[in-house]
Formats: sequence, structure tokens, C-alpha cells
Amino acid sequence: MTFFPWISILTALPLAGALVLLALGGLGRTFTRCTALAFSLVALLLTLFLWHHFDSSSGSLQFQERLSWIPSLGVDYHVAVDGLGLLMLLLTSVVVPIAILASWNIQERVPLYYSLVLMLQTCLFGTFTALNFFHWFIFWELSLIPAFFLIRLWGGPRRASAATQFLVYTMVGSVAMLLSFLAIFLATHKFDFIDLAAMAHNGQLMPAVIDKLDWRRFTPEHLALILFAGAFLGFAVKVPLFPFHTWLPSAYAEAPTGTTILLTGAMSKMGVYGFLRILLPIFGAQMQVVLTPLLWLAVATVVFSAYAALAQKDLKRIFAYSSINHLGYCLLAIFAVLKFTGTDTSLTAEKYAAMNGVFLQMFNHGLTAASLFWFVAMLEKRSGGLRSLDDFGGLRKVAPVFTGLMGIALFSSLGLPGLNGFIGEFLIFKGSFPLAPWATSLAVIGLLMTAIFVLGILQRVFSGPLNQRWVNLPDLTVGERLALVPTIGLMFALGLYPQLVLGVVNNTVIQMVQQIRF
Amino acid sequence: MLAWTIYISFLGAAGLLLLPKGSVSSARIFALLTAVIGFGITLIYFLQHRTGEMLTITRVPWVPTLGIEFHLAADGISLTLALLTGIIAITGILFSWNIEERTKEFFAFYLLLIGAVYGVFLSYDLFLLFVFYEIVIIPKYFLIAIWGSTRREYGAMKLALYSFVGSAMVLIGLIAAFVVAGAKTTSLSQLAQFPFSPHFQMGAFPLVFIGFAILAGMWPFHTWAPTGHVAAPTAASMLLAGVVMKLGAYGCLRVAMVLFPLGLGPWGFHVLALGSWRDVFALLAVIGIIYGALVALVQKDFKFVIGYSSVSHMGFILLGLMTLNQIGISGAVLQMFSHGSLAGLLFAVVGRMVYARTLTRDLAALNAMNLHKIIPFAAVTFVIAGMASMGLPGFSGFVAELMILIGVWRAYPLLALCVGLGLIVGVVYVWRAMQKAFFISSGIESAPPNPPLPPITMPERIGAVILIATSVLVGLYPQMLLNIVVPALNSPLFDGLRKGSWQ
Amino acid sequence: MIAINNAQLLRLAWPEIIVVATALIVMAADFLFLHRFSTHVRFSLAAGLGVLGCAGAIIRILFASEIANIFDGVLISNPLTHLVQIAVLVLTIFTLLLSVDSAFTQHVGEFVLLLLVATTGMMFLAGTQDLLVIFISLELLSLSLYILVAFNKSSAQSWEAALKYFLFGGMSAAFLLFGFSLLYGLSNSTSLPLIAAAIHGPALNPLLVIAIVTTAIGFGFKIAAAPFHFWAPDVYQVAPAPSAAFIASGSKVASFFLFFQVMALGFAGTEGTAVLPNLVRGWVPVLALMATVSMLLGNLVAIRQSSLRRLLAYSAIAHAGYMLLAIVVHTQQSLDALLYYVVTYALATLGAFAVIAVVEQQKGDDQLSNFNGLCRQSPVLSFCLAVFILSLAGIPPLAGFFAKFYLFVTVLNATPGSMGLLWLVVLAIAMSAVSLYYYLRVLKRVYVTPPAVGVAAIRTPLLSQVILIVLAAAVLLLGCAPQLLLRWIEAAVRVSGL
Repeated sequence: MTFFPWISILTALPLAGALVLLALGGLGRTFTRCTALAFSLVALLLTLFLWHHFDSSSGSLQFQERLSWIPSLGVDYHVAVDGLGLLMLLLTSVVVPIAILASWNIQERVPLYYSLVLMLQTCLFGTFTALNFFHWFIFWELSLIPAFFLIRLWGGPRRASAATQFLVYTMVGSVAMLLSFLAIFLATHKFDFIDLAAMAHNGQLMPAVIDKLDWRRFTPEHLALILFAGAFLGFAVKVPLFPFHTWLPSAYAEAPTGTTILLTGAMSKMGVYGFLRILLPIFGAQMQVVLTPLLWLAVATVVFSAYAALAQKDLKRIFAYSSINHLGYCLLAIFAVLKFTGTDTSLTAEKYAAMNGVFLQMFNHGLTAASLFWFVAMLEKRSGGLRSLDDFGGLRKVAPVFTGLMGIALFSSLGLPGLNGFIGEFLIFKGSFPLAPWATSLAVIGLLMTAIFVLGILQRVFSGPLNQRWVNLPDLTVGERLALVPTIGLMFALGLYPQLVLGVVNNTVIQMVQQIRF
Repeated sequence: MLAWTIYISFLGAAGLLLLPKGSVSSARIFALLTAVIGFGITLIYFLQHRTGEMLTITRVPWVPTLGIEFHLAADGISLTLALLTGIIAITGILFSWNIEERTKEFFAFYLLLIGAVYGVFLSYDLFLLFVFYEIVIIPKYFLIAIWGSTRREYGAMKLALYSFVGSAMVLIGLIAAFVVAGAKTTSLSQLAQFPFSPHFQMGAFPLVFIGFAILAGMWPFHTWAPTGHVAAPTAASMLLAGVVMKLGAYGCLRVAMVLFPLGLGPWGFHVLALGSWRDVFALLAVIGIIYGALVALVQKDFKFVIGYSSVSHMGFILLGLMTLNQIGISGAVLQMFSHGSLAGLLFAVVGRMVYARTLTRDLAALNAMNLHKIIPFAAVTFVIAGMASMGLPGFSGFVAELMILIGVWRAYPLLALCVGLGLIVGVVYVWRAMQKAFFISSGIESAPPNPPLPPITMPERIGAVILIATSVLVGLYPQMLLNIVVPALNSPLFDGLRKGSWQ
Repeated sequence: MIAINNAQLLRLAWPEIIVVATALIVMAADFLFLHRFSTHVRFSLAAGLGVLGCAGAIIRILFASEIANIFDGVLISNPLTHLVQIAVLVLTIFTLLLSVDSAFTQHVGEFVLLLLVATTGMMFLAGTQDLLVIFISLELLSLSLYILVAFNKSSAQSWEAALKYFLFGGMSAAFLLFGFSLLYGLSNSTSLPLIAAAIHGPALNPLLVIAIVTTAIGFGFKIAAAPFHFWAPDVYQVAPAPSAAFIASGSKVASFFLFFQVMALGFAGTEGTAVLPNLVRGWVPVLALMATVSMLLGNLVAIRQSSLRRLLAYSAIAHAGYMLLAIVVHTQQSLDALLYYVVTYALATLGAFAVIAVVEQQKGDDQLSNFNGLCRQSPVLSFCLAVFILSLAGIPPLAGFFAKFYLFVTVLNATPGSMGLLWLVVLAIAMSAVSLYYYLRVLKRVYVTPPAVGVAAIRTPLLSQVILIVLAAAVLLLGCAPQLLLRWIEAAVRVSGL
């Protein structure tokens, strides 16, 4: 197709929507909500359009746009998507309407709320498509602002400290990442991710660093590790990886549930995306050097978060820890893939499997977690804000449809075959086990504990004697049921026919794995 | 024609004094008109500027006995800063629209100050530069002493004396240089070419640099800045932090570093791991960044937070200058522009939007008022200004700090890490101030202000929009300034610097 | 026996004769005709006549003078002496105009007579290089000044100050005379160039040392340099405004010029240096010491003053210190700088006293508290005062700034390539910074401090307004275009061959 700046338009669309809402917000809450939903659905359509026109037979970048911006700093406006980017765009486009629907009950300052959501969507789109550090970093940082305000202004009782903690943690990581990239720029005069990856692939990156950054106190290997550490910190905080995860539970719990959907569904993927797009291609060699500690960190993330989820009573906190757990699997797979690289061509199929699993897990977890929190939002609406395990009991008697649908989502999170959650985890474990047996085995504990707490929720909230308080709890309304159908349907669809996604991203995965060779 | 920015400002000041007594609104409009014309002229020249050229505006002999000329010229750096002056002049007047007492004299002093600042940026004769530099002190004093707030007389006097001491140091250096070079000319370009002995430069450089750096708020000579900024009325704070402090940094670059580049070279011995004046000032700059940020973190008075943040940001500029590479110094010039507009905006919010209404700057008291519901425009503006000031990408501060950091990585890798720390603390104190001032904390009893606050007026809105737009424009398209700044650094004037310890 | 050309002598002395004649005419007129009129009318007429006389002298100097040097310096007429004489006359004119509105005495004729006689003394001082004539003119000047200080008979302090002035002055005159006689003894001549030739030698004669010291004391008193300054604060404070203005302006011009001539010409060859750390004995270190003490004392004590006149007195001491630096380096360029400095300083001080005169008349005394909120009561007065004070402080674009700048340049430029006198310049600039503090405090009162409640506006007489505006304009003009005056001074100095 002829050149047309699809990606820029897609990125700008939600921002335009945000400005429209700010200007016309006075026209009433319903108008505002519907307009916001409309914009997000248009974005979804546009993303599907791109999905349809994506050439899945090649794994390379498509819909590229590249303009010179600040030549003296090597900064171009460079956007494009490959399978990974497109998948993330699709995930974001799916999660945002869910978030908007889940926030239907916000009564205060509605226009501002939705415009912040749409601004966040723009930042997400921007992060997933940018290929030059400069504007990638702009979107990465700017995404913090709407998120902060969403938590701060509409959140729960301890929102102030949660929001601040969220901001400062992420900022610290970002500053470290910024410093590393500036050092890289100093050595290579490039900010472009693709160029830098090519340099790393050809073995030119390290010599350039050693050559230009003549810091006598450090050996070249140490120098490279330091730069890697800075960039790593930025992403490790975002995913999050143990032990940089402590900001997450409070942030997720205190945020209004619609925002939590955004945080878990899309923003957390920014971290994993960063690992895949930036750290792996550019710093792959360094990651290999510290691979064992990284693997153990991933395992710790998986196990500790699941264990912590067991101890929670607040539904949102449970799901928050569960998010950490699910993304831990992604990182486990990424690290495992690295183990046998270089020129080693054995276990290629396993690497492809693991990487496919990572992609799928990102998408599926986004979908599932978004749905789970949506259900929590619906529960909160009915219970007047209560969401602790102790508050409920035997809800299946009064709200069977709700129970059924939420149950589906819960089982997907558990990884029941037939639902989407299974495929991703299965591929990850299948691929990682040969690559990193010990780590993978330990990670299975996480699976077990996930099963325990999920079943625990089912039992404490839905089964058992009916808590008399909820005798008159209304079941799902028609509108809610209709809204949920696509989501649940998608869970089944992906669970039974993962090729929907894999077909598009597979070649990208292959290319990505092949590139990991230094 | 560009010299008319100076003349018009002075004429405007004189004209204001001739207006009949008590004519408040005509004084405002007259002053605004003057500032707009001045800015317009600068903008025209900015847009027409051919990169790399040094545009001579006026050059007439003034005191032939001493070889002093009335020499005005503009290169990229001068134009950038003149542009900043124009913007701050206009917005400062907009934010002072509410001054009712002795309005004529206020704007007269203000325009006098603006004219002198234009003069410094456009001077190419050292004597002339010094004359304009000194003229700045007196209107500054009166603006603060008459229309200021907390401890205004003390603050004004402290400011005036510190500035005067700084300029005294510069004067000694200038006279010494003039005499050593034969007492024939005070032209900047000719003195820059004169081969002063390394020994002389080693002594003259720190003297002149520190003299200017006092006005630039370098630690530990910065103590006048918080007191002065807090004491000053809003427009004066905007000018002070936005432009006048940049005079000091400009002097460091244009005079100290150009005339005495060898002063930056290594001493040959080391004291506490410092081996040259460059090391010393770089270290002091970094200390300033971190110290300013840390102290801003614990302030109880809203305006003090911004005052100390100015000290912190000026540290960035001085550090950028000391990197002695093109990207670091151009980053420093960009930061001069960026921080100028942002400091102006921050002080405008704190002074005019909040303090003039609530009559308190105590963060605890403001906290209880939950201001983001009452004056949301102010809250939004402060959030945006705070984000920009933190160095959030998309705004001018990010690009400037990016460039400075790259320069620092090349020159002083260890200091780059410290700067990173400073950035983080920068985020924290801005965020803390914003939260405490505008958003009520949980557990605090709400105490809405009584009587209710007047809404944000149109001049304030216009002023805020202008400043935000400036920052966003430069943040997204920094090339428009870099296009003229970077070639200016390659001009013959900076030859000595480039041949010296350039990296 | 050298033939004296009486006609030539008379021709050369015409300006002085005009002034003396005017003085006598004024005295006679006042005595004989004007007794019954009011003081104001008498003063106006007397001052008017005096102004006419001075103007006549100026015209005579400008248009009909010749270059001559009689008797090896007894009477000199060259562009430099003309310059100084015209400066003195202009300052006298301003002083006379200033005295028109005063009401401190009934003895109008005597007052104007003494002023004009003092002027004559100054004119002779400017035009001579002979020790005897110097001493006589100096005495003429000093005695007139003593009496002028005491003119306010109703004030006991006036008496006290005048007496102090007289005693101090008499003592220092004695010192001066002693020094002069030693010089005569050593050189057998009273002409400065001849003296210099005679005393020139490798080692310093002990008598010469004494001569240097006593001469320094004598002149130091005249210019109010520390540590010979004790008369100045009291005199400045209690003398009638025109007298104080006259002492602060006119007599300074003449005294400094004379001091320069005596030391540079008369003691040429015995300077020594003040370059640290290799001090060489001579009169230069003595003067450098005097300058240092003056700058320090003048500035530091001025901080504590609550009376504007005393503040101006201590500032005068400080400025004397700065100007001494020009004599310390004794180059042609430094003479340019000295003359420029002293003229602009005189204009500014005269203006300041003019303001004080107006304020005192309406408020009673010159305490700083009377200046509170002056800008509301009289914008013209406060603006002019601001100009004068800022010029004294050395703020551009006023004349005082360029004067200081030029002075410091010439001090450092005296020995090109050597930074030996840098310490003096650094001290001077540092003390200037200190001075800004107390000058700004005055302006703070004028502009910042609100006036006392219920205070009436100040009505400035028209003549005072005109004088003030002219003086302020002159200070501003000379600051923005120093070349106007500098060109003239330079040409005069070069031709005079000093």
C-alpha cells in the first residue's frame, strides 16, 4: 500500500480524543463517556486494520515512518511495527475500551478522567512503535503523568503515597536508563534502536564503547555491564522484577479499578516489551554474562509473588501479585532463551517455543488481567466498595452468571487448557525447560500456588454459605453481559485457536531469536 | 535596528514616568506595548538570522582615549537569550497586571531592567557589557524593596550587595586584562585574540568566573538567591530567576571563558583530586545541583522551593559550561533558555496565582485548601511547569539536560552519576511541592479559603499559555534554537576556547 | 635682576582681578544700598553680581589668555591651569546660585565676598608652581573657608566646627610651611621644577623625608584624607549648606590639582614605589598609606551615620582616598583621571548639598529620617538626589562610574606589564562595594520607606530645581559621554608638559 502515516495517526488519535473531551466535557457525563468509548473503539478498528494488512510472512518492520528531527543529536522521528509492536498495539486497543467501560461509574470530573485515559493510550501507542530512544523515552516518561493523576485524584484512601511511590520508583529507573543511553550515544552517536541492535549484532558496539568512553578505571567488560545495569534498572522496575516490585501492589490497589486495568493490562507490558525490543538486541551479550542471577531473579519473582498473593485478602492485591507472577514467566523465558545463544544452534525449536510463549503470555495476561479487574469493578459497584475475601461468600447463589463468567476468567488466569492463559504458559515451560531446567522446575511452584489462590477465591467468594448481606445482590445486567461477550469469547478463541495470534507474530519471533547472536 | 530593543525599553521607562499620576491601566498597557515591540524586533531578527554570522548592530567610538566603543552585536547565543528576555518581559508584565500601588514606577523600573538586560546580551564591548551589567543592580533593588514581600528590604540589599561584589570582582579582572593587553581597546573580539600569559589567565579566570558565577547562583555563593527570590514581587522573581541569573552564566561563557581559556587548563598539581579550575567549578556546579534539590525538598514555604530549585537548575548550566565540549555548552545555552521560561512560569504560579490570592505560602496551610478544585488552572499550569522543570521529555528542559548529560559523560563520568541523583531528587521535590500545594493530603481537615478566591484572570492565562507553549515548542523542536547556537560556538570568538582544553 | 613685565603680569592676572573686583563691588553694593531689602533679595542680587563676575572671568580665560610662565612658575598660564580655573569658577557659580535661597545669615555681602575671595585663592593656586605663592594662595583660601563655616551665628555647633577647622588648619599650615622651608633649604629655590632638580639623588636625605611627611600632612588635611580628616565630619555637618558645598566641591578640585603638582613636579625623583612587597622609600608609599587608611575609614564609618551630611563627609574622605591613588602613580594619564574624577565628584557633591539645603529648610535638619518617602513629596528632588548618590557610588551610566573606572585603569596602567599596584585597586574596588551599602540605604529612605503620616509636600524653590536639574543632567551626560570632558582634559595635560 502506498505510504501513509498510519502509525502516527493511530498514536495521535487518542490524544485528539483527549483534547476533544477537555473542550467539550461540559456537555454531560454520558456524552463524555460515549465519546471516549467511541475514540477507543475507532483506535481498535484502526489497529485491526493494520493487523489485517500486516504482512505476516516477513518478520521485519512495516508501516515505517522516518523523518529527521534533531540531526545534531542523531535523533530521528522513527516509528514502525513488527509482529511484537503490532501485538502490543492490539493489546492496548483492546484493554483501553475495557478500562473505559469499567470506569463507567466514576462520577467526579469525568471529562478529565477519560482524557487522562486517552492520553495514556497515546503514550502507550507511542512507546510500542517508537524506534528512536529520544521519542521513545518521551512517551515512556509521559505515560507516568496520566497514570499518576488517575491514581492520585480518583483512587482509594492511601492513594497519595501509592501514587508518589509509583512515580518515584519508575523515575529512578528511568533516570538510570537515561544515563546509560546517553553514554551509549556518546560512544556511537546513535539513538536509533535498530541501528544500535545492528551494531551489537555485528560486534561493533562494545569496541565503540571501549574506544570512545575511555574510562580508565573500568575494564571494558565492567563498563558494558554498568551501562547494561542502568538500562536494566529502568525496565526491571516497570515489569516489575523482584526485588523492584514493591511499588506495584499499593499502586494497583489504590488506583481506581479502571486505571488498574490500564496499569496491568498495558503498562506492565511496556516493561517486557522493553526487554524484548531494547535490552535483548542491544545488551544481549551483557545479559548472558549475568544470566544466572537473572534467572534466579525471575524465579524469585514468580515464586514470591504467588506466595504473597496467597496471603492477601484484598481482591485487587491478590490480582496485583498475580500480575507480577504471570509476567515473571515471561522474563524467565526471555532469560532462558539467552542461555544457549551465540553461535549455538541447538535447541532452536525450544527457543522459538519459549519466545512465542512470551508473546502469547503478554497478550493473554493483558486480556485476562483486564477482565479480572473488570469483574472486581463490577463487584465493587454492587458491594459499595468492598472487595475483601472475607466480605463475600456464596455469591453463586444470587449471581450465577457473574460467577460463571468470572470463573472463566479466573480459570484462564490459572492456566486451564482450553482457555487462553494455558497456551502461553505451556509454550513458555515447554521451551524453557530444556534451556534452563532448574529454574523452570522451581517456577512450577508458582503455577501450583496460583492454582491454590485462584481456587481459594472461587471458594471464598462464590462458593460456600451465602453471606446474608448479599441476599439482594443483583446479577449482571444485559449491558454488562453484552460488553463481556467479546472478551470472554476472545479468551475461548485464543485458547482453542492460538494461531490467530501466532500466525501473525511467528515470523517476528523467529527473526528475533535468530538475531540473538553476538 | 536590534539595538532598539534597548532604546525602546529605556524610552518606555522614561515615558512611563511622564504619565499623569494615578493612571494605572494606561501604565500597564504602555508597558506591555513596549515589551511586545521589543520582543517583536528580537523575533524578526531571530527568524532572519543566518546561522554562524555575527550581526553587528552598532559600532561607534565612545571613549577613544581608552579604545572603548559602543559596540552592539548579536550571534546565535545573544539572540537566543534576547528572545528569552522578550518573552519574560511580556509575561512578567502580564502577571503584574494586578499591581495597584505606584504602578507607573513599578513598570518604569521593570522596563529599565529589561533594557539593561537586552544591553548585556547584545554588547560586544567589554566596558559596555559591564555598564549594562551594573545598571541591572539598581532597578532590581528597588523592585524588590518597594513591591516585595517577606523581608524585602533585607533581601533587596543582600541581592544588590552580592551582585555588586560579583561585578567588582569582574571589574578587577577586566581592568587587569585591559591594562595587560596594552590599554588600547576594550573590544571583546580583540581582547579574546590577545595572548595573555598562562600565568595571568590562571589568576584572572577564576576571579572573573566567580564574579559572574555569584550572579548565576553557583554554590556556595548562592545564598542571596532564595532570600532575594522570595522577597521579590512575582514579576521581579520571574525576571530575576528567569533572566538575571542567566546574565551571570552568560558572562561566564562570553567573558570569562572567551578571554581566559587557558585558565581552564590543568594546574599541574592536584588538590583533593581536583586538578584545574575546570574541575573545581564542575564540582561546585554539581554540589549546587544536589544541594539545591535537597534543600528544596524540605522547605515549608512554597516560594522557597522554587527559589532553591533555581539554584539547582543553574548548577546544570554551569556544569554544562565546564564540560568544554560542543554538546555540553550548547546544552547549557539551551538550558538557559529553557529554565528561563520555566522559572518564570513557576514563580508566576506561586506568586501571582496562589500567593496573591491566598496570602499564604505555607505548604501546610495551602494543603488544607485543596486548591486544585478552586483554581484548577493554576494546578494544571503548575503540574505542567513542574513536569517540564523535572526534565520530563517533551519539554525544553529534557533536551537541554540531555545534552548537558552527554557532555558530562564525556568530561566527568563520575559526576554524571551524581547528576542523575540530582535529577531524581528534582522529581521528588517538585512532586512534593505540587502535591502539598494543590492536592489535599489524606487525613487533613479541609479548610477552604475564606473569603473565596478570585478566579484566574485573562492576563494570567495568556501569560501561562505563552510560557508553556515556549517550553513545549523548544522541547519538541529544539533544532530551532540549536541551529543558531551551535554555529555560534564555532565562531572565531571561541577559537581560544576550542584550542585550549576543548574535548 | 629679571625684568618684570608688569603689563604681562597684569594681563595674566585679569581673571583673578575680575573676581576680586566683583567681590569688592558686591560688598560695597550690599553695604551701601541693599540693607533695607529682604535677605532673599539681597542674596539674589549679590549672588547675581557674583555670578556675572565669575562668568566674566571665565570668558576672559577662554578667549583672551596667553601661554606664559613667569619667574619659573610664579604665575603660569596654560590650557591646564585654564581648565582647573574654569572648573573652580563654574563650581563657584553654582554655589552662589545655591546660596540665593538660604536664610542663615544677614551678612550677605560678607558672605559673597568671602566666597569670591576664596575662589581667587583657588585660581591662584591653580596657576602657580612656586612654593611661596602656593602657600599664600592656600592661606587665602583656607582663611576664607574658616570664616565661611562659622557664618551661621545662631548655631553653637557652627562655631565649634569652625574653630576646629581653624585650629587644625592652622596646625597643618604650619606643617606645610615647615616642609616648604626645608625644601627651600635643600634646593635654594622656591620653584617646583628647580627644587626637583636639586633634590634628585640616590639616597633620601633625612631632611627630605621630613619634608615629604610634613607636606603630606599639610595637603592631607586640605583634602580631608585620613588620618588628617578629623575636621571634616563636623564641618560638613554644621556649616551652612552653601559653605559646605563649596568646601566639598571647589576647594577639593583646586587642592587635588595642587597636591598632584607639588608631589609629581616638586618631589620628582624621590618617589619610591608602593609595589608590594618591594616597597621603596619615598613619598609614594606615604601617600599609598594615606589612601588606604582613607578608603577604609571613610567607607566603614559612613555605614553608621544617620545624618546625611556626616555621611557625605565620610564619603568625601573615602573619595579622597581613591583620588590619592592617582597621585600615587603620578602619570599623565592619571592626572587626566584625577581631574575628571574630581570635577565629576564635585558636581555630584554640590548637587547632593543642594538637595540637603532644600530639605533642611523645610524639615529642620538633615537626619536621614527626614528623607523618608521623599519620592512622594518631591519627585524632582528625589530623582536628582538619586542621580548624585548613585554617581558617588559609581553606578553606570553616571559620571562617577567612568571616573572610577578610568582612575583604576590608569593606576594599573602606570607600569605596564606589572601588576604591582593591583592590591590598591582591589582594595579600592572592594571599598566601593562597601560604599554601595550606605548609599543604597539613603536611596531606600527616599524611595522605599513610606513618609511619616501627615507630612506636607516639599516645595522646592524654582532656582534650586533648575540648579539640581542642570547638575543631574551634567552628571548623567558626563557619564554617558565622558569624552566630552576627557578630550579637553587630555589636550590640556598634554600641552602643559606635566
